[in-house]
Amino acid sequence: MPQMNMIQALNSAMDIMLARDPNVVMLGEDIGYFGGVFRVTDGLQRKYGEHRVLDTPIAEGAIVGAAIGMGVNGLRPVAEVQFADYIYPACDQIFSELARLRYRSAGDFWAPVTIRTPCGGGIRGGQTHSQSPEGIFTHVCGIKVVMPSTPYDAKGLLIASIEDDDPVVFFEPKRLYNGPFDGDANKPAVPWSTHPKGEVPEGYYTVPIGKAEIVRKGSAVTMVAYGTMIYVCEAAAKALGIDAEIIDVRSMVPLDTDTICTSVRKTGRCLIAHEATRFSGFGAELSATIQEECFWDLEAPIGRVAGWDTPYPHAFEWEYFPGPLRVAAALKAVMEAA
Amino acid sequence: MPRRSRLHIPQHHSRPGEEPDFSYLETSPAGAVARPDVNARVRDIGNLSVDLVRVLDDNHVAVGQWNPHLEVQDLQIGLRHMLLTRIFDERMQRAQRQGKTSFYMRCLGEEAVSVAQGMALRPKDMLFPAYRNQGLYVVRGRPLVDLMCQLLSNTRDMCKGRQLPVMYHWAEGRIFSISGNLTTQFPQAVGWAMAAAIKGEDDIAVSWIGEGSSAEADFHHAMLFASVYMAPVILNIVNNQWAISTFQGFAGGEQRSFAARGPGYGMAGIRVDGNDFLAVHAVTQWAAERARTGAGPTLIEHVTYRGAAHSTSDDPARYRPKDDYEKWPLGDPVSRLKNHLIALGEWSEVRHQALARELEVHVTESWKEAVQYGTLTDGPRLNRDLMFQDVFKEMPEQLRKQREQLRTEQGV
Ligand SMILES: Cc1ncc(C[n+]2csc(CCOP(=O)(O)OP(=O)(O)O)c2C)c(N)n1
Ligand SMILES: [Mg+2]
Repeated sequence: MPQMNMIQALNSAMDIMLARDPNVVMLGEDIGYFGGVFRVTDGLQRKYGEHRVLDTPIAEGAIVGAAIGMGVNGLRPVAEVQFADYIYPACDQIFSELARLRYRSAGDFWAPVTIRTPCGGGIRGGQTHSQSPEGIFTHVCGIKVVMPSTPYDAKGLLIASIEDDDPVVFFEPKRLYNGPFDGDANKPAVPWSTHPKGEVPEGYYTVPIGKAEIVRKGSAVTMVAYGTMIYVCEAAAKALGIDAEIIDVRSMVPLDTDTICTSVRKTGRCLIAHEATRFSGFGAELSATIQEECFWDLEAPIGRVAGWDTPYPHAFEWEYFPGPLRVAAALKAVMEAA
Repeated sequence: MPRRSRLHIPQHHSRPGEEPDFSYLETSPAGAVARPDVNARVRDIGNLSVDLVRVLDDNHVAVGQWNPHLEVQDLQIGLRHMLLTRIFDERMQRAQRQGKTSFYMRCLGEEAVSVAQGMALRPKDMLFPAYRNQGLYVVRGRPLVDLMCQLLSNTRDMCKGRQLPVMYHWAEGRIFSISGNLTTQFPQAVGWAMAAAIKGEDDIAVSWIGEGSSAEADFHHAMLFASVYMAPVILNIVNNQWAISTFQGFAGGEQRSFAARGPGYGMAGIRVDGNDFLAVHAVTQWAAERARTGAGPTLIEHVTYRGAAHSTSDDPARYRPKDDYEKWPLGDPVSRLKNHLIALGEWSEVRHQALARELEVHVTESWKEAVQYGTLTDGPRLNRDLMFQDVFKEMPEQLRKQREQLRTEQGV
């Protein structure tokens, strides 16, 4: 099976969908001729033409607004927002329009828009190239929210998102584009070719939206995470020698409560980890749900580890990032609690 | 054949491997555009947004009504500021390549915009720059060491390590904090100017964005507010022809000039040769006087060229010809002002070389000092506790706890 990094896997997903469905179009800043600042759309305009892969003016609100109009008129648009940090000008179109169009028109109008956007830190991007705003989007009813952590899932989930008739905001953890990253920036970079899920089928397949995945089976504690934090959790559990069950949420909306709660019922302990700021982060939703569903099976309070409640500072990148040390400390606390 | 609607895709004029083609650029001869009264009505000066205000002609002589008749000394200062900006940029680009900083953005070819405008304004005028306006700091006299410390995120960083390199600010120098989010400063500048008018002060606000950034809704919001309230503001679009990989046609420059959006919103619009120090200075003086005397805002489009890559993360060889900057019809702002001074008999190649050497030494000395305060990789580091300050004026309990948690985590 071919090896792909996450960039190639995403590119392959879009290539396949452009070929399969003439209604699929892409639009975004620098995505056409140039192929995107992270090269995720490289070669697609050359292959499918300027009417299928559109370079746009720098106007995120207009990109999403236009994508909605295209979607209403029968196309299946995939919009790129260059960085998740720049999605805010589009938020009125996403929150008030895209998310609620089907509802307010009693199902008569809807737009199958996918919004792809790179998120997360660890690339020395400072406060406007490092954000993880996924939690904000999960608080809006009517949009699906997805974040893959491997090339295999990235491709399968992106194809599923494009085919989905509901809007999907698809977060790409950019620190994982070229390889899994366990939060230790001093280690040499690891390529995807060393990882089983760097093997990606050439052709069409989907990974269903709404399904979490158990990436490591274990019995002592359940670690619930997504994106880059999967690898940080693996590293922390390994460092402490704890037999953790690690769950990749993959899809925040809809949420696979079953997989998560079945695991927590089994282990009786739970640590939730995300890169985004802690307060009102998606971890709060996870924690509340797990507490409601698994209270009588819990042996310790649910732990949460996250980014600090500050903007993402350039100089303190690794002090900010919830790396293996912080996750390990939180894991220990969860394990040692009565 | 029946007529059908079609989707127009703006076409680049030249691609990698092709000859640079600037035939699309409409220019006016130097001196050809008349200079109206600063109180002229918008409807009577529409031509300013279509023609190109130029002062320096091909023989390096200043001609026409827009000639600002600057003192020789001021021209020499302008040249010095532009050259310093350029040498500073080159040195910082190298520092990034050597891994001393994470990122840098040069303004090669656009030095006249910030330097001539900075010089045409008053020190108390409030500036809301974009990330390619480093020349404003040079004009207002911020020591280079301070800028370098920001680039290094070191112990003397004005941003306390919070911002990406080049996102400076300077409250005493009246230069606003730079955002990574494009165009947000435009309506803010208008609000600042409205406040000046409300308070009855005659300071004006001035803001800059790239032509690509003019696509953002904030541009349109700013234009509308500026025009409705006739705010004392100068709004600048620096049309350097490129927004990362996308040329100015994608920002709407293919059918009409950016300056023409001024009259579209009911305000003065001027299209100026952005590589002509004298022309930029003259139109800025005109717009500043207009704003200060209550005659309203002005939109200035600077027609210039992004001589370098977008940033140190960019590779323009992927999307434009390699030698395009040398072929840009409006030349280089530093050479043009230098040649003008030589034509006046007030400068020479020898003096120019000597100046360049002097400025290089200055930049090198500043750098030596700056790195003593730390770099991204070596030397003293900012105290990590700073990360939790300034989220709020008073640190809430929750952040205090997180600060303690980090201290424990790091074993301090
Ligand atoms: C809201 C927002 N969207 C996208 C970006 C990413 N971005 C940074 S610079 C840039 C191009 C800007 O081009 P232009 O306004 O012409 O300025 P120039 O770089 O040419 O000076 C883009 C798309 C951003 N910083 N903010
Ligand atoms: Mg530009």
